[in-house]
Amino acid sequence: MSDNDFILKAEGIHKSYRMGATRVTVLKGVYLAVKKGEFVAIVGASGSGKSTLLHILGALDKPNKGVVKFESRDLSRHSSIELNRFRNKIVGFVFQFYHLLDELSVLENVFLPVMAGKSVVGWFACRRWAKSRARELLEQLGLSDRAKHKPYQLSGGERQRVAIGRALMNEPRLLLADEPTGNLDSATGNGILDVLEKLNSLGQTIVMVTHDERIAQRAGRIVTLVDGKIEHKSTRA
Amino acid sequence: MHKIILAFRYFLKRRITHFAVLAVALCVFIVVVVMTVMTGLVSDFKQKNHDFVGDCVVGTESLVGFAYYEEFVNILQEQNDFVRAVSPVIKSYGLLSPRGSNQNKGLEIIGIDPLKHSWVTGFGKTLKYRKSDVSRAFEPPYDPNLLGCVLGIDVALRRDANSRYFFTSSPVRAAFSISCFPLTSRGALSKAGTGLVNTKTFYYSDISQSGLAHVDSSLVYLLFEQAQGLCGMDRSVKRVSAIHIKFKPDVKLQAGCEKVASLWQKFKQEKAGESQAYLLDTVNVKSWKDYRRSSIAPMENEQTELMVMFAFVGITTVFIVFVVFYMIISHKSKDIGILKSIGVSNAGIMELFSGFAFLVGFLGSCVGLFGGWMFLLKINRIEAWLFEHFGFQLWDRTIFAIGDIPNQVNPKVLGVIVLSAIVACWAGALLPSLQAAKQNPVETLQVNQFY
Repeated sequence: MSDNDFILKAEGIHKSYRMGATRVTVLKGVYLAVKKGEFVAIVGASGSGKSTLLHILGALDKPNKGVVKFESRDLSRHSSIELNRFRNKIVGFVFQFYHLLDELSVLENVFLPVMAGKSVVGWFACRRWAKSRARELLEQLGLSDRAKHKPYQLSGGERQRVAIGRALMNEPRLLLADEPTGNLDSATGNGILDVLEKLNSLGQTIVMVTHDERIAQRAGRIVTLVDGKIEHKSTRA
Repeated sequence: MHKIILAFRYFLKRRITHFAVLAVALCVFIVVVVMTVMTGLVSDFKQKNHDFVGDCVVGTESLVGFAYYEEFVNILQEQNDFVRAVSPVIKSYGLLSPRGSNQNKGLEIIGIDPLKHSWVTGFGKTLKYRKSDVSRAFEPPYDPNLLGCVLGIDVALRRDANSRYFFTSSPVRAAFSISCFPLTSRGALSKAGTGLVNTKTFYYSDISQSGLAHVDSSLVYLLFEQAQGLCGMDRSVKRVSAIHIKFKPDVKLQAGCEKVASLWQKFKQEKAGESQAYLLDTVNVKSWKDYRRSSIAPMENEQTELMVMFAFVGITTVFIVFVVFYMIISHKSKDIGILKSIGVSNAGIMELFSGFAFLVGFLGSCVGLFGGWMFLLKINRIEAWLFEHFGFQLWDRTIFAIGDIPNQVNPKVLGVIVLSAIVACWAGALLPSLQAAKQNPVETLQVNQFY
């Protein structure tokens, strides 16, 4: 299988942090390849380095060693402007704690990535489209009546759906979800997983991090991170 | 666009920023009020000095004066390209005592031709009774044949408890003996061995209110010829103390003074062989600013000191804004992480908080400016009310010869103050903004977990 078959490829990723006087090595040579349209779940115990790996895959963090290739292009060779563009247009993040901006309405939170990626003039040129796309996404996520609400007026599940809407706003080629159900009750969490599954069925590539094996079962492929390395790989039947 | 929206929303949501705006507004208010009043006082004081002197003075500080002035006056009057008017002036010191009284007062004697002097200076405008007919300033209305004198307002009148003068409809008949020590061209007492002093009686004909406290309390104007005789300068070679010059309106002060200085040098060389040429060596050509430097400089120094104090006010504003932004940004680290995760650059984060600082500075400046402006509009009414009810006066009018407190705002000064306030806010927010831009999104987005 050639490099071109994979949308994302991590090769020999090492990452360590300084914690006080000691240095903690979190990732010790991770190899991972994700095909276009795949739904991959990275499973691991708390502290296994799965969130760190997700951040590195999304160019939010840099590895100490190793290479991350997105569509065969080495991310370490990207300039900071290209990396910003990558985070804005190519990937979408969904976090465990939703991370919405309380000062913005639900609708504004959803179209925020478009605003952030444009100049004032550029924004005025596309704002109708952006608002319409944001409303469409909210409708798909069952939140059309919540558009004018503030994030703190929503339930956990609703907030996470807003976060998914924001992540999808720029039609990213890769969706990275960090424990997207970790802060939700089982029923609400299942709802979020249904959304992710549906997106994947429409062709969206998703990499999801979770510590819960049952949640990981909803993904097309599961990789297990143990002691800083990918130890086990399984594919859903 | 997100930067503008977020800056506005942060501003509206974070109450602490309202305190920052209030701090900026208070600083701007104080600076606007004090700078306007101080600048007004200084420019008013300068203008009064300018009006008192004219544009340029060819003069000596020696009480002897200098000779051949009539020829130089003629030369100056021929300079139609830049000289508008010329007024020779006698300056000396003497004693003034009201007739029938044993009291006397040391005064500066100024001898002038009232018409010529009012062409050169603002003399005519300072008169109380002969403003519209300056040529008759030395004619007492009760008897035009008597020798008149124009007294400085604080020489002639006393203020009441409210610091106001009481004027009569015309000058009351009053006679004054004015004595002076006449000097020879060598500086010796010209009447040595006789009575030593020249004394003459003058009648109160008008009041001069220049607005310069020192001048108004120590000066008496006499007719040129009378003063010349009194001071012993009317000998075979007549002398004066100074020639005051008014330039044409389009002539720049420095250029005009340089031309006069050049004419004076040439004149001095021509007169080198004359008997009293040595007197010309003591003569200087000065602009009105240099001539009144000793009066103006302390006021300008006060203004400079005030500006230094306001620089400290500015530093305080910077510090307040710094603290406020430091607190805001430390509470907004999660937002910074979110924005970075959707592709906002470090520069974008800095722009967001700089825009926020601009908003604080701009709004604070506007509020302070408006408040200051309103206060200035009413400052004289407020002072009058305070004086009426509590006897409090911001400036004692017996010391400061001002009518109203200056409250004319200078748009340039306002512009500088607003700009400085915005820059101060921006400077205060710079370090916290830089800190925000440098934040690692991974660290700010982690909650209860490290890996």
